[in-house]
This record gives sequence, structure tokens and C-alpha cells, in this order.
Amino acid sequence: MEWFLANSAMVFGLAGQHFVLAVVPMVLGLLISVPLAELVRGRRALRTAVTTASSLLYTIPSLALFIILPPVLGTRILDPLNVVVALTIYAVALLVRAAMDAFDSVDEEFRLAATAMGFTPYARFLRIDIPLSLPVLFAGLRVVSVSNISLVSVAALLGVGNLGMLFTDGLQRSFVTEVVVGIIGILVLALLMDALLVLLERVLTPWTRAAAKPAAGTGATAMSTIRIHEGAG
Amino acid sequence: MAEAMIEFQSVTKQYQGGQPAVDNLSMSIDQGAITVFVGPSGCGKTTSLRMINRMVEPTSGTITVAGRDISAEPAAQLRRSMGYVMQSAGLMPHRTVLDNIATVPRLNGVPKAKARQRAAELLDVVGLASGLGRRYPSQLSGGQQQRVGVARALAADPPVLLMDEPFSAVDPVVREELQQELLRLQRELAKTIVFVTHDIDEATVLGDKVAVFAVGGRLAQYATPEEILRAPANDFVASFVGRDRGFRRLSFNPAESVRLHPVKTVDAAEAVGGNSEWALVLDDDSRPLGWASPRDGGGLVPGGSLFRPGDSLRRALDAALSSPSGLGVAVDGDGRLAGVLKGEEILALIEASRRQREEPA
Repeated sequence: MEWFLANSAMVFGLAGQHFVLAVVPMVLGLLISVPLAELVRGRRALRTAVTTASSLLYTIPSLALFIILPPVLGTRILDPLNVVVALTIYAVALLVRAAMDAFDSVDEEFRLAATAMGFTPYARFLRIDIPLSLPVLFAGLRVVSVSNISLVSVAALLGVGNLGMLFTDGLQRSFVTEVVVGIIGILVLALLMDALLVLLERVLTPWTRAAAKPAAGTGATAMSTIRIHEGAG
Repeated sequence: MAEAMIEFQSVTKQYQGGQPAVDNLSMSIDQGAITVFVGPSGCGKTTSLRMINRMVEPTSGTITVAGRDISAEPAAQLRRSMGYVMQSAGLMPHRTVLDNIATVPRLNGVPKAKARQRAAELLDVVGLASGLGRRYPSQLSGGQQQRVGVARALAADPPVLLMDEPFSAVDPVVREELQQELLRLQRELAKTIVFVTHDIDEATVLGDKVAVFAVGGRLAQYATPEEILRAPANDFVASFVGRDRGFRRLSFNPAESVRLHPVKTVDAAEAVGGNSEWALVLDDDSRPLGWASPRDGGGLVPGGSLFRPGDSLRRALDAALSSPSGLGVAVDGDGRLAGVLKGEEILALIEASRRQREEPA
């Protein structure tokens, strides 16, 4: 505890870097995966190819990717860009499947209704498909958020700044307190990110909770409303 | 003769390697009337409906709406000019009731506030309380959702409404309410409505004209519901229309000439015991409550269906058949006793109207 208090500025600094390194690839992954999933929807061969490719991508060891990327991208080994690109690849690998599942979860009935009302395909995608797929998409995002936070710490082996450096440093110095602070820090960060995503989902999908409210009371008033109007008509 | 609003000219829809879903369909649909497409599953009635707003493109032939070939219009624009109501209502679960109703005006670029205001008016038009506007569709009953579906279809005030089995997923009581509500709306709005159903009863209740489709996408008969029940064009139509068609056709026979008879009445206190014959039990306001039985010391027996002013011979006969005393109870517009009907006199009226139809032939 004393060590943590003495070094809190450094720990918070590393946590901030860790956060950025985890979130940026998640956002980029989302921006790539959602259109990609839409593109392969209804095209069986393409979909199988993308599914297989995403599984293969995820099997590449992260350390190997961190080392392969600099020559490919022409970056220096310590460049955080390597981490961002590598984690974006993992995020896409996970999210493209989540996005495909998310679009599958949208009932065909709503797409049909939107078409019948005169939505253009583009408007339908933005205003019907995306909002309705959010609940499943968020489930995928929560997996990616945890996965990214743990993968970022691997980048500490290369010397890219994040909470994982507390492990490497602590191990080298046989200083357990530092390792423990690192573990707790990462845990807290993962929990914070998850809470943030849950909160965001709640804000963006108010209708999912409306459905869960007890229907008994509203149902009864609803029926009586119909009757009243029938009587008047 | 009504003016044609929608015309099918030799329209065929054939999916790859299959039988035609719609086979050389030519028909014209009257403006301002309800035309019902009815038939068993796989008869092409829904496909035909969906060709009108280009959700399905015909393999050959042309469809015109108000004289214009629809294949020349951008599909999304065309669809916004037609209201569409589907079986499961198809309301967007992530939008409130008001925003659902406002969908098409919003697509057409109407400002949000104005579109919502119009949506609130439409809630009233379809008989829903304004408080429901802020709810999500999942918080409504099935019948209410269908009403919202109708309101949404009406929002841009389109001349044409396409209704694809809109009432088939709700229970029979609600279905009848919705049917009556649609007829009431149609009296005010006079839209050109194309309505798809597999239920011949619904077709005859709603349709100004009924098109019976046979499997393979052929039009088997296209006529008024009365004519389809009275004179089915062939065996297919006769069997599809079903075994109660003689009884159902009575819906189209007015019963104003039916005779009303006086009946012995008692109040609720007198219903128990002491009656030698069936007596009608009335409340203080002369509204029928049921019958007092002459047997076993009496008691109140629930009455049958009521015959109201303007009802058909079908209702008259049902009032007599469903009454425990065999006498059908007729009431006036306020629900007060007007008299009773006798079954044999109704049968005599039915026979008389049949003879009448024979004479000019």
C-alpha cells in the first residue's frame, strides 16, 4: 500500500496508457467489423471465408504479432502503433463474428417492415439493423474489452507503456507488491471498462428494459382503453 | 362502376425452377374500395400483394397504379406512397409508438415535431389513448399493436393501403373488433385497400370485392362476396368457401321485414318460480338480462345473441337459434327490448328472398 501511494502517479499514468491502448483498437475494430459483417450477410461463401479467417487471426500469438508488425508497418518496435494495430486485428477477429450474430438476431420481420415502408437499404442499415443489433453487439464488445485489456499487458514485454510493466518490473526485481498492484490495477480497469459498456448499452437501448417491465397493470388499462373507445365509436 | 386504381395486366411471377407463384394475373382493383385476396397457402395472394409495392418484382406483365406503370418509379418512393400493414404489426421495437407512426412522414422529410403531432392525432383515429404514444411496442397488447400498425400505414395519408393478413395473429374477439374498426375507418377515409387473408369469413365481412386465388397462382373467381357465396364459379371456390356458405350468405340479406312479437316479461325478482312459460327478464331500463325458465322453479338462464336494428337475416336467425326459449330477442339502438323473433318466420323470409332472386332470371 505504501508503495502504491508513493508511486500512484506512475501507476495512474500507466493505467491511462493501458486504457487508451485497449479502447482505441476496440473502436477501430468495431468500425471495421460492422460494415464487414453487413457486407457478408446473405452471402454464404463469403461469410464462411470471413468466419474462418477471423478464427485463424485469433490463433496468432500476440507476442509474435507484436514482433512481426514493425517490419510490415515500417514502425519502430517500441511504437504503440504496433500494439494498436495488433489489438485491432484481434478485435476484428472477435467482433466480426459478434456483429454477424448481432445482425442475425434482428428479426427478418422488422427488415421486411422497413422495406415495405420505403426505407432505402442504407437508411435501413443505419436506423433499423444497427440499433436492433446493439444488445448482441454489446455482448461481443464486452468480451473484446476484457480480451484487449489482458492482451495490452503482453506489450509490456516489448517495453510499450502500460500496467503490464508492473509485472515485468516486479518480476525482475522479485518485488511482489508491484506485481500485485499490477494485477489489481488491470482487474479494476477491466471492471471499469465493463461497467462503462453496460452503462452505454443501457443509455442506447432503453426499449429492451421497457419490455421487461411487468405487463399485468399496463395490460389491464390497455384493454379497458380499447373497450372505452369501442363504446364511444 | 368504380374507377380502377390498381391494374394487373398479364402478371406472372415465377421463381427459379418452380411452378409459377402467380400465373398470368389480370384484374383491376376499384378505387376507394376494399378488395380482398383470399385463398389457401401457396396460392400467390401475398406475392400478388407484394408486387403492388415492388417488394416482389413480376417476371412478366405490368402493374399500374393510378395509370402509372410502377416499374418506372423508384421502389422506395413508391412504397412510401402506399401504407403497408403486416401480420405481426412489424412495429420497430426500439422506437416509441409515436415514432413508429411517424416513420413514413419522417422518411419523407417532415420535421420531427410535426410528424409526432400528426402521429398523436392518428392514435385517436385508430381508437387508442394518447398516453400510449410514449410506450414501446412491447408494452402493448397484440390488438393495440395492430391498431398502431394501421395508424403507421395511414400516417402519410397514402391513397392505397396494402394489408397482409393483418388480423390473423390476434384472438377472434379482438379480430372482430379490428375488422369493425377497419370498416368504420374506411367509411371515413375511402382508401383503396388491398387486403390479404386466408379466412373466407374475414374476406366476406370486409370485402367490397373478393378475389379467390387457387393454388398455382390462378385467379379462380373475382366478384362481390355475396355472389361468391351464392354462386361459386367452380368446385374449387365452392369447397374453399366451405360448408356454411349458405348460412354465411344470409349476412348479405337485410332483415328489416322480419316481424317482432310481444313477449311476456318479468323483472329480476320475479324470475324465480311461478312462471308457466318462458319469460324474458328485464332490468329497470327494459334491457334484457336473460330468460326465466318455466321448469324446476325457474331461475335466470343466460340469453342468446341479440338482434339489433340493421342486422342481417344471419343475425336474426342466430338470435332465434341461440335463445334458450327459441325466441330471438330484438333490441333497439339503446339496447332496450323491441320484441322477439320467431325462427320459422325468419326461414320463411329466407325462402321468400330466394324466390325473389329467381323471378328476374
